[in-house]
Amino acid sequence: MSSEPVPSDPAGSPLLSMSGIVKDFPGVRALDGVDLEVRAGEVHCLLGQNGAGKSTLIKVLSGAHTPDTGEIRWQGRPVTLSTPTAAINQGIATIYQELDLVDGLSVAENIYLGHEVAPGGITRRRAQNAAAGEVLGRLGHTDISPTREVGTLSSARKQIVSMARALSRQARLIVMDEPSAVLAQDEVENLFRVIRELTGQGVAVVYISHRLEEIRAIGDRLTVLKDGRTVATDLPAASTSTSEVVSLMTGRSIEYVFPPRPPKPTTSRPTLLTVDHLSLDDVVRDVSFTVAEGQIVGIAGLVGSGRSELLETLYGARRRTAGAVTFDGRVLPRGRVTSSVRRGMGLAPEERKSQALLLEESVLRNVSLSSLPHFSRFGWMSRRKERHDVTAGLASLQVRPSDPGRPARTLSGGNQQKVVLARWLLGDTRLLLLDEPTRGVDVGARTELYKLIRQIADDGVGVVVVSSDVPEVLGLADHVLVMRDGTAIHQGPADELDETRVLDMILEGTAA
Amino acid sequence: MTQPPDQRTDARSQTVPTDEQARVEAAAARTGAGIAALRDHPALAPVLRNLGLLVVLALLCVVGTSTSPNFLTVDNFRNILVSSSVIGVVTVGMTFVIIGGGIDLSVGALVALSSVWASTVASQSHGAAVMILCAVLVGTGAGIVNGVLIAYGRLVPFIATLAMMVSARGLAAKMADNKTQIVTVQQINDIALKEYAGIPLLAIIFGAVVLAGWLVLNRTTFGRRTFALGGSSEATRLAGININVHTVLLYALSGACCGIAAVMLLARTTTGSSTHGELYELDAIAAVIIGGTLLTGGRGTLVGSILGVFVFTTITNIFILNNLATSVQNITKGVIIVAAVLVQTRATSRHVST
Repeated sequence: MSSEPVPSDPAGSPLLSMSGIVKDFPGVRALDGVDLEVRAGEVHCLLGQNGAGKSTLIKVLSGAHTPDTGEIRWQGRPVTLSTPTAAINQGIATIYQELDLVDGLSVAENIYLGHEVAPGGITRRRAQNAAAGEVLGRLGHTDISPTREVGTLSSARKQIVSMARALSRQARLIVMDEPSAVLAQDEVENLFRVIRELTGQGVAVVYISHRLEEIRAIGDRLTVLKDGRTVATDLPAASTSTSEVVSLMTGRSIEYVFPPRPPKPTTSRPTLLTVDHLSLDDVVRDVSFTVAEGQIVGIAGLVGSGRSELLETLYGARRRTAGAVTFDGRVLPRGRVTSSVRRGMGLAPEERKSQALLLEESVLRNVSLSSLPHFSRFGWMSRRKERHDVTAGLASLQVRPSDPGRPARTLSGGNQQKVVLARWLLGDTRLLLLDEPTRGVDVGARTELYKLIRQIADDGVGVVVVSSDVPEVLGLADHVLVMRDGTAIHQGPADELDETRVLDMILEGTAA
Repeated sequence: MTQPPDQRTDARSQTVPTDEQARVEAAAARTGAGIAALRDHPALAPVLRNLGLLVVLALLCVVGTSTSPNFLTVDNFRNILVSSSVIGVVTVGMTFVIIGGGIDLSVGALVALSSVWASTVASQSHGAAVMILCAVLVGTGAGIVNGVLIAYGRLVPFIATLAMMVSARGLAAKMADNKTQIVTVQQINDIALKEYAGIPLLAIIFGAVVLAGWLVLNRTTFGRRTFALGGSSEATRLAGININVHTVLLYALSGACCGIAAVMLLARTTTGSSTHGELYELDAIAAVIIGGTLLTGGRGTLVGSILGVFVFTTITNIFILNNLATSVQNITKGVIIVAAVLVQTRATSRHVST
């Protein structure tokens, strides 16, 4: 523990300063020269679109990733944060969205996990509870009992416990990754109160959020990231206009090539899917739209806006609580994937590796999984027909390497996605639901995937694409839905929208 | 640090195939290019996959031959086959369940329950065919209960089948009134006595179950779905497969195997008893595990499981021939299980690291 006395900061010298941080991953440069400067006692907000490098930057700060080049100065001195423990010992704590608390332990045990109040290895429960109560008191939360089991607390309170843990470790900088995402409105106000308590004691907070109204309410200064670079820093959080922020976040240095949209058909194409006032508890609320044959419908929105849940609900992977889904003229039963698939729907889920693929199995078995009845009579497989059809399917999607016997695990992200597409194209899928189709797919392979998706649509298949990447939705889709807080706040043709307007709607919640 | 970052990325992305290549090349150099080419031959694949177990079996044969003059005789091999047959049939069902990502602790108890139910005075009065049908139906029915509890009741397989294990044996004891029921139907007892072309009928039944199991596992959609379910139940569900129905079928199949095994045991012992099949669950799981099937599901072979059964039966056989205590025998079995799993996990972790 480095609870050494803080060197008297020379006036104006920042608590943390990062400069020229570069981090490469195979095929992707996640950070390409990030500068960030945080002063003691301030709330510094970090903004950027999906993929701008915020998460990687947090991981560098928390010691989970080591940057390839660049300098990190902490309290004026250069440091290397090679492990999470090193970062914590320096006084940098990170509070992730999925809180890292142990549900079965008490509040005090969680706060002091790893640095227990236990002289000589013998736990002093009473002393530890008292100390935990004191830390919670500093956050204005004497109402949380140190002896309460953490699993019984709400997520808002768990967040407070996480912050108490950071404080108990003498953290001088707390990084919060979208802390408000799991909170209700009044809980957000409480969070702000706690943050002000912290900054009042000289602790700095790096606050990441997509909600501009929150940033204006709590933030002091603003840094904007785009394509792994800092594009603006030292902006006043309260007075920077939305249009200025949006213009900083938009436009990208790497332009993807999207396939041209086909000319608008003169006669309207037959409707394939009608989603009618669909709801899933509070997560998806009253969403209606249609998909025609050969049409690509794009759904834009932030993580947590209910996009993925909307897809999964209309697919039947979740049980809808209200509304109807009509596919091919028939209302689908609630929560039955098997019947959706039998009628010709297919989903390429967001978590490709855990939700779509059997990683250890061969590509062949992955592709044929959904259409086994096509290759069998009375359950008996015709392996020659299977191999023949799968090989043809892989070839038409140009999956590389083309060997169907390879384990799916050995393929790149883009080719794994093609394996999932091949699975659905092998059956007579007429509606494809794609959740973040280019996630984990490197730059070069994206353009190819876009072309493939357009080709699939041109063959008469209806496609629904969900993406956090606004340009991707606008470039690929014919028709766009913008989601926020579980509702579709805008619907319209893609060519009538631009990135700025969509971001405006997503961030501000103002429907056009 | 002076290297341009772009080049570094390239170098890194190439390290994986290079390592793989280096390993393959080194292996080829070690074994000779000819053998390396043979390794990919489809007919040899199952032999090589189970090479470890075949080596163990060969070693056991050497030990058996050198310690007892009675080991290397036709009669003794017939003995080994017959004593493998009952647990072997149970192991076929267990292999399906484990590849499908589950576990069935109730198999021993289901063998007991089926044997008691099929040998009650009432059942025996209807003759051999009804007794066989009764045993298989009881096993299957209890298996369906297991499956329904797991698939629709969302119970963990361990818990559901543990409960079945305890209560099925209890039910068996109650039905038999804690007595051993003598089988008086000669056709049943004949199953253990008949031979065709010198091969005991019990061994033939065992062989038929293994063959049927192998075909179902490797040549049908049911087998495919079993592997998929064990590999990732979520991916299988989202691919449009009814995983609940499949889970029920898996446990039903395991139960049916127990029913068949119960008939074989009725014939061998000429009794039905609530103490039949004790610890079968552990023997079957052990055979499946040393046969190379992952306990987490998704990967495994039936041939491996059967070789596993033979390894354990041969050990028992050698110990009996040499009049050694069962305690030493159990220690040896334990060592073999640990050794097999160590080899297995090392093989998988090497996979993951590439």
